[in-house]
Amino acid sequence: MTEQTRIASTFAALKEDGHLAFMPFITAGDPDMDATLAVIRELGARGVDLIEVGFPYSDPIADGPVIQASYTRALDKGLHGNDIFEGVASLPTDELPALVAMASYALLFRRGVEQFVKQAVEAGFAGFIIPDLPADEAEDVGKIVRAHGADLIQLVSPMTPKDRAISILKAASGFVYCISVAGTTGVRDDLPPELTEQLNWLRTQTDVPLAVGFGIKGPEQVDILRDAADGVIVGSAIVRMMEGLGKSAEGDASTLAEIGAFAESMVQATQKK
Amino acid sequence: MSTETAPQKATSQVPDSSGRFGEFGRRFVPETLMHALEELTREYERAQQDPEFLAELDKLLSTFVGRPNPLYFAERLTEHCGGARIYLKREDLNHTGAHKINNTMGQVLLTRRMGKKRVIAETGAGQHGVATAVACARFGLDCVVYMGEEDIRRQKLNVFNMKMMGAEVRAVSSGSRTLRDAINEAMRDWMSSVEHTHYIIGSVVGPHPFPMMVRDFQAIIGREARQQCLDAETRLPDEVIACVGGGSNSAGMFYPFVDDESVALTGVEAGGRGPAPGDHASTLTYGNKGVLHGSYSYVLQDEDGQTQDVHSISAGLDYPGVGPEHSYWKDTGRVNYVSVTDNEALEALQTMAKLEGILPAIESSHAIAHTLKAAKQRSKDEIIVVCLSGRGDKDVYEVARLLGQDLD
Repeated sequence: MTEQTRIASTFAALKEDGHLAFMPFITAGDPDMDATLAVIRELGARGVDLIEVGFPYSDPIADGPVIQASYTRALDKGLHGNDIFEGVASLPTDELPALVAMASYALLFRRGVEQFVKQAVEAGFAGFIIPDLPADEAEDVGKIVRAHGADLIQLVSPMTPKDRAISILKAASGFVYCISVAGTTGVRDDLPPELTEQLNWLRTQTDVPLAVGFGIKGPEQVDILRDAADGVIVGSAIVRMMEGLGKSAEGDASTLAEIGAFAESMVQATQKK
Repeated sequence: MSTETAPQKATSQVPDSSGRFGEFGRRFVPETLMHALEELTREYERAQQDPEFLAELDKLLSTFVGRPNPLYFAERLTEHCGGARIYLKREDLNHTGAHKINNTMGQVLLTRRMGKKRVIAETGAGQHGVATAVACARFGLDCVVYMGEEDIRRQKLNVFNMKMMGAEVRAVSSGSRTLRDAINEAMRDWMSSVEHTHYIIGSVVGPHPFPMMVRDFQAIIGREARQQCLDAETRLPDEVIACVGGGSNSAGMFYPFVDDESVALTGVEAGGRGPAPGDHASTLTYGNKGVLHGSYSYVLQDEDGQTQDVHSISAGLDYPGVGPEHSYWKDTGRVNYVSVTDNEALEALQTMAKLEGILPAIESSHAIAHTLKAAKQRSKDEIIVVCLSGRGDKDVYEVARLLGQDLD
């Protein structure tokens, strides 16, 4: 048996306590890396379990307008991949929630998968979500990620047929990213009833924790997922709050407080009732 | 991927079942689209084996599109150059005025076969948008076309045309507001609508099976041209030339000649204002291997992997990527790729109009511009076939503006 990864042990500890994981998503470098690091510290202080850090990309086809706009803002300011690695490396990542890098395969391929993974793991990332790298193409990347002691997160969508899901689950580690609705990232009012059904079925197929993302708005949706999932991911809602950063010192303080309060409400909602 | 070696010699027997053209192509898309792409591949393969499907497509191409279109001997252009005999494959004479309809006819029949009622498409110059709108009107399907704001400005005529056909044109204001962003938006739409919507990609780009399928539907260009050249000259041409943006007219033109080793193939990219990044759209000439819009191919990107802005006078060639089969042809040396500037294309358009009485699309004018150079290098008994992929009516406002004339 290989040693448990940081992400696996995070989920294992939560399971023991009967909690769900709460994993907020933030865009790196919007409006700048200093703000990103401040948000990571704030989220850590409020007790979130993992943090997904999005690497801005020029053509993010899996993302909706809110995240795309944040990527564009970051890139327009001249953000480079190395700025993200250097910024994250300056954090005491061992004392913070596990960081998961979300990056397009275009970015990994261009840098060299080995080089990208090495730099990211050295900076303190514990896992990778590559939304445009389907399981069919992920074998070699998975080997590299595992060799660095990290997890390559696999995704399952409502459009994934069962036989395909079974083969995706074979490669799963860390957690399985369960996309709640067909479509791009973004806040939605409802979660489809088929979601619970799919989660229950996935549960019979794998021991890897199931985390649900896309369209999660806030604490009110956590209860629906409590028995079916092991974690919830919130993306666009926080990225939208982050639009308030970088304008004034007072604005930064109140935005950080707003993000912190939201995170805390999610942490409370995901804890055992 | 890095361990793979480039194949020694190009063959027409590509892609393989996973969509590989040599090392290029494949599928790099979100999981949400994977099942739809697998289904589409299966349905396309079944349709290719179905005599009824093929007969219906043939009938549409002849009675609705107007195929076969002529291979025309450009006598005065040939005289002007004083070299090789120049033949024009007249895709501009198709219904809607460009080669794009060859593909939309095929894909709309496939849409109907799959029982889907809604079609989305992206468009750059608007030719693919119009060809999709026409196909959807003909078969009573809902049609939404994504188009960059900058292209909407450049191609008003086609925008109006699409609306007349009942299509909804959705302006894309993200990024560079051109073809690349229109593809992003169409992909996003497809992510949430895939159950009842088919995405008719207009070029040989995107995830498998699109590059193969679009090439196959466009290959009628090369098949006809090859036979017409044999009929007229009793031999194959020495060189075949076509413009390359995403690369659909050129893929369709070149593919039936790939195994004819005596025929030189030349793809002409948009050289824009010059070789500096951001000034051109010559992906194969200046790009690197990378991933864009769901496939692995050459792409214009910076050292981080961010797609670079591109420029071309032509909205249809203004694209930072290229179809994976072209990358395969480049790396195997089967096709030679060259670059032609905005000004050379604009000049070729005027030369063609004055000497042959044909107004070519500004995209096709890139191929003509290179043909004028290539013909001079060849002897009078040699033959060049060039794809005149579309007519230039859509470009008159933009061309007039560039020539300093006001039509309003």
